[in-house]
Amino acid sequence: MPICSGTSKSFLPTNTNYDLSEGTYLLTMSMTDTGTQAPAYVKHAKWLGLSNMWVGFGAFALAIPMGLYQVAERSNLFPAAESRELYYTSVTTHGVLMAYVLTTFFIMGFGYFSALHSLKQDVWSPLFSWTGFVIALVGTVMAAVPLLLGEASVMYTFYPPEMAVTPFYIGAALLFVGSWFWCVDMVIGMMQWRRANPGMAVPLVMFGTTMNALLWLWTSMGATLEVLIQILPLKFGWVDTIDPGLARTFFSWTLHAIVYFWLLPAYIAMYSIMPRESGGKLFSDELARVAFVMLFIFSVPIGFHHLYMDPQQAAGWKLLHMFGTFMVAVPTFITGFTILATLEVSGRLRGGKGLFGWIAKLRWNNPMTLATILSMMMLTAGGFGGVINASYSMNALIHNTQWITGHFHLIFGGTSVIMYFAVAYWAWPRITGRKLASRRMALWQLWLWFWGMIVTTMPWHVLGLLGQPRRVDTLPYSDELNAIWNPYEVVMFAGAVMLTLSAIMFIVVLVRSHFSERLQQPPEVVFGTAIHQPLRVPKLLNSLALWNWAMLVYMLASYGYPLLQFVFLGTPQTIPFGFGE
Amino acid sequence: MAFHIDKLEKRWIYMVAGIVVMAWGIQIYYAAQGWHPPSNVEVIDSAQLHLASGVGGDEFSEQNIGIKRDENGMLVVTMVAARYGFYPQEITLPQGEPFKMRIASFDVLHGIYIPLTNLNLMLVPGYVSEVTTTVNTLGDYPMLCHDFCGMGHAYMFGNVKIVPADEYKL
Repeated sequence: MPICSGTSKSFLPTNTNYDLSEGTYLLTMSMTDTGTQAPAYVKHAKWLGLSNMWVGFGAFALAIPMGLYQVAERSNLFPAAESRELYYTSVTTHGVLMAYVLTTFFIMGFGYFSALHSLKQDVWSPLFSWTGFVIALVGTVMAAVPLLLGEASVMYTFYPPEMAVTPFYIGAALLFVGSWFWCVDMVIGMMQWRRANPGMAVPLVMFGTTMNALLWLWTSMGATLEVLIQILPLKFGWVDTIDPGLARTFFSWTLHAIVYFWLLPAYIAMYSIMPRESGGKLFSDELARVAFVMLFIFSVPIGFHHLYMDPQQAAGWKLLHMFGTFMVAVPTFITGFTILATLEVSGRLRGGKGLFGWIAKLRWNNPMTLATILSMMMLTAGGFGGVINASYSMNALIHNTQWITGHFHLIFGGTSVIMYFAVAYWAWPRITGRKLASRRMALWQLWLWFWGMIVTTMPWHVLGLLGQPRRVDTLPYSDELNAIWNPYEVVMFAGAVMLTLSAIMFIVVLVRSHFSERLQQPPEVVFGTAIHQPLRVPKLLNSLALWNWAMLVYMLASYGYPLLQFVFLGTPQTIPFGFGE
Repeated sequence: MAFHIDKLEKRWIYMVAGIVVMAWGIQIYYAAQGWHPPSNVEVIDSAQLHLASGVGGDEFSEQNIGIKRDENGMLVVTMVAARYGFYPQEITLPQGEPFKMRIASFDVLHGIYIPLTNLNLMLVPGYVSEVTTTVNTLGDYPMLCHDFCGMGHAYMFGNVKIVPADEYKL
């Protein structure tokens, strides 16, 4: 067995000869899918994976032109493009499609694919899984129609008392409900596997995916409560007024942790797919689990940094949430360390020498490895901005400015979505049994996405510091401000064009990969192993129950009173405005 | 069952812990000096800003908005935000002198932000937003709405003139 048991005196265990050819990895390596009749889980992994991911990427393709349009419209560079109705429709639809539809469906598809393959175990009920998919899809269509008609231009954060038409909210709720079917599937899958393999460590990819499912169940509850308790009663005419302060507090519960729901699959791919794709081994399996647990615990009860500038919550609670917000830095830095160390291991195994020599030896021509490197760079830049956003007093300098748009495009559009691309490039040949249409184009696409993100978001950060607000369709404030803003507007437009080209290339590669040459022997679905691959891990890193309780306690502490206060605050209620009112 | 952790990882975690504690420390230091985000949790009836009988009284009625000095001599700017403007539409403030801004929304969510300063508030109907700050640089600034409030959102702004303190007359 080429699994290292070496004492880790040195950075790299040198007493073991690694055999990096196929078929020498412990645990996940025993199985080959080809040859005999493929088991049922392979079929379900294929179709659940493919259907979900294509809905996600379809939404992405639809949302991209709206991003380009917004940049063109708000820049005042193209008078012919001016239309505030279209602009706010685009802002909302781009946000909903990217943040809810692309993410949720991609995460479900990737989750099914990696869960079923890593556990080698079928979903407990295919009917249940497909029901979830259909509900989410129906919800998406139901919300998309009013969005595209401009009858739901309330931003993806749908802040009342601005109102959209009723189907928008019902559709969004159904998308959430459908995604909960997936969450249940992941939790049940992990429980079944643990029962069948008592004492064994759940595969890392499954542990991370299930943590994310649990995270999403907790996260989605805030917006769900807002819709159920406040918005739908209003839309159905049961009540006439609403408390926007309560609505914002509910939404803050969802608004931050949802970002980690989007980001976790990127980390999961880095931890479980990249090590093998880069030709090495994961530096640490156990610390990856610690990071997943910490990301779960510290991402939900900290939403108040989105409310720092709000009047309806007191300073003490904001301070409390600030402490938790900075704790998220710990699992993020751990992830950064483990991933970079893993890359270094790969580079050195491939003959890299010296302090930096391993960098040149990395598999830059492997999409998963390249995407990980680019993603990590964008995480570094975006994370730095995040520290400013999270700051109790500095937040006032950038709240609701274009800086914020720059920040979340780096973290979501950059760090997360570039890994979604890489996962697709990795998964497609394994799903379709066909060659990836063009690896060369895939690599160019990733580079172009990276540079596009940098060229778009750096001007946004600067514009934010120079006082430009986000989400405005024109900039009529003052000639002096426009004079200093305009050069950055031109740069951001160039970046948006790069991103659009990159997105088109991505869709082209994926579509062509359905018609490319059939592979004699499709690559196996195997996940990377760690240098010290554990067969067993401490119980706390192998189960969910305790962390679920911990989350309940932390949530009660951080959201209990801030929500309860609305019962006795006696806020005069507000009349809704907008569509259908 | 052993939990394997590398020596390098341990060192890194100590460093990260140090970074977090340092970040917390900076936050606490400034909070202790009074740098708090606006958080007064004060309710008002946004639909009846003009009536003394409404919750919160008529502090934001048409005759009461504007700039005054309170009993401690502090400049107080009382404003209303409504689709699509800030009232009063133009204010003048002295350079370098702290002022308190109290502002309420008349209808939907708004925000108020003066570019290149730290005056940044969310305006939530049903609540009064309040912050005390200082502008140190002379000039004309827009004060603009920074949270989507409807189709006229981008045109929702007023003006602030910052004049030298010795030329300032209330």
